[in-house]
Amino acid sequence: MKHLTAINRKATRMEEVTKDVVALQGPPQQPEPPHIPNGCSLVFSPGWEADRNGGTAGLCQPVERDLFDCHMGCFWPAQVPDQLNHAPDWTAKCAAAQKDWRKIDLIFPDEKK
Amino acid sequence: MTLGLREFHPFEAAGRRYLYLVPSAAVFALDDCSEAILHELRGGPQPLAHLTTTLTGRFDALEVTDTIAELQRVRALAEVTGRPPAPMPKIVPLRPVPLQTLVVNVTNQCNLACTYCYEYGEDKIVDTTNGLQPKFMSEETARDSVEFALRESRENTHAHITFFGGETLMNFPVLKSTIAYARRRAAEVGKEIDFSLTTNATLLQPDVIEFLATERVGVTISIDGPEEMQDKFRVFNNGQGSYAMAAPKIKALLQRHRTRPVGARVTLTRQTLDVKRIYDHLTHELGFWEVGFAPVTTAPGRDYAIADAGFDHLLEQFRALAADYLEASLQNRHHGFSNVRETLQEIHQGHAKAYPCGAGIGLMGVSTDGRVALCHRFAGSDDHGLGTVKDGVSWEKQQAFLDTHHIANKTDCATCWARPICAGGCYHEANTRYGTTQSPNLHYCDWIRGWTHTCLEIYGELAARNPGFLAQFDDEPTEKIS
Repeated sequence: MKHLTAINRKATRMEEVTKDVVALQGPPQQPEPPHIPNGCSLVFSPGWEADRNGGTAGLCQPVERDLFDCHMGCFWPAQVPDQLNHAPDWTAKCAAAQKDWRKIDLIFPDEKK
Repeated sequence: MTLGLREFHPFEAAGRRYLYLVPSAAVFALDDCSEAILHELRGGPQPLAHLTTTLTGRFDALEVTDTIAELQRVRALAEVTGRPPAPMPKIVPLRPVPLQTLVVNVTNQCNLACTYCYEYGEDKIVDTTNGLQPKFMSEETARDSVEFALRESRENTHAHITFFGGETLMNFPVLKSTIAYARRRAAEVGKEIDFSLTTNATLLQPDVIEFLATERVGVTISIDGPEEMQDKFRVFNNGQGSYAMAAPKIKALLQRHRTRPVGARVTLTRQTLDVKRIYDHLTHELGFWEVGFAPVTTAPGRDYAIADAGFDHLLEQFRALAADYLEASLQNRHHGFSNVRETLQEIHQGHAKAYPCGAGIGLMGVSTDGRVALCHRFAGSDDHGLGTVKDGVSWEKQQAFLDTHHIANKTDCATCWARPICAGGCYHEANTRYGTTQSPNLHYCDWIRGWTHTCLEIYGELAARNPGFLAQFDDEPTEKIS
């Protein structure tokens, strides 16, 4: 942890434990489902102003998130390069979209072909 | 997502901000960002987006997100779901826990007649004067107690016996032979064993002192301070004070007995509330290594009971002496105020207690007739009995006790930030005050919180300015007997 400094022994142990020890005391919980935006402009689905948690953090906003969500989670391949055939490394420099979106390269069609 | 604060107690020391988390008892130091987030949420839960927007002027958005994740991980923050929070998990041991300390009351007789005594005074539980119990423990019962202590220590390689009374030294012959027997038996079963006792010091003859020193018996002396304070309550039957007899014997003991630290245990009453003076006298003038203080256990309304204002006064005095402790510790000098040392050790370990002490789990008390109870203060009481040293204790009774006395049952404690350390306080005190061991000791909540806060500040100060000093608290604390 970078922002909290463990001082006593219990704090050190909490830092070392990567699993959620308190959750282990409760009933088994479902793993988090993959994030899929709750509707997009292809379909009319009222209520998609909220994400699956009821908040707005998981919506197709901001634009850089939209880029990835539509690319991976939705059928809307036209707006992004063809990752299967022509530009397999298109997102290689972009590990976290919100932070690294500026590093995404522009892709131009190969004119020789 | 809406975020809200969970339970913790913030404190400040050496210019740093800290969190004491409840119920985990972990201590973390905060940086500017984490402090700002907690500060923003003080007024109530906020949507994550709102919180991030408010703070982005001061911190990088990513830094805020990371810090929120860390605060959530240590449970200082949580998502507010609108559902009621999950109840505190109640985890009761599923099988017998090894016994660490057996307190053996070798006699229920005493040569003093201290007015506030929990064993003989107005608030006694067991009729020790006219009751059916023998006045002195027989050699046979003492041997059974040794066997019990070794047997019940189970997988532990170490056993500990504390001799108690009445006045312990009134049964010195049995004490002496029991130690020899216990050493032999411990060697036979391949365990280590050690001993301690509590005494009023009036019967410390040279041969007794010699024995205690050579046998490495830990000694705690009950003494209330300088002559005029000691003689107020710690008196002989005829009302004469015991200081004049005890003081020279204590000096002789301290001079000879160097194998184990000798501590003083002070009972504080309304009339003898002068902590600093008592401490100075016992350490500087008599030469004690450590002094521990405990407010007298009493039903409310007794003349010597400490009332509410008295507790405030007591806290002030404890704080003043604790400041001396801090100053000495910053320079790696010894200071003998054991109440601070004990609390610092508990804070350092960060155990979140489900029970206030080891009574009925790792500690039990034996009465002169060999009956086993929660602790020495209940020894001989039928209502708080668990079995006998001869036939063993009933695990069903123990489990029932653990089930009914768990911190989760003490609803009054559910909102208190000091509960990981206090867990409701002494069962005997609660029994005396409220008529049941199951009640938390509500009469000293403010005092406990005030004192814990002071000790947290000292801990934070040491963590920042002399962290090496805290290494001495890495060992598990031992149960104190008073």
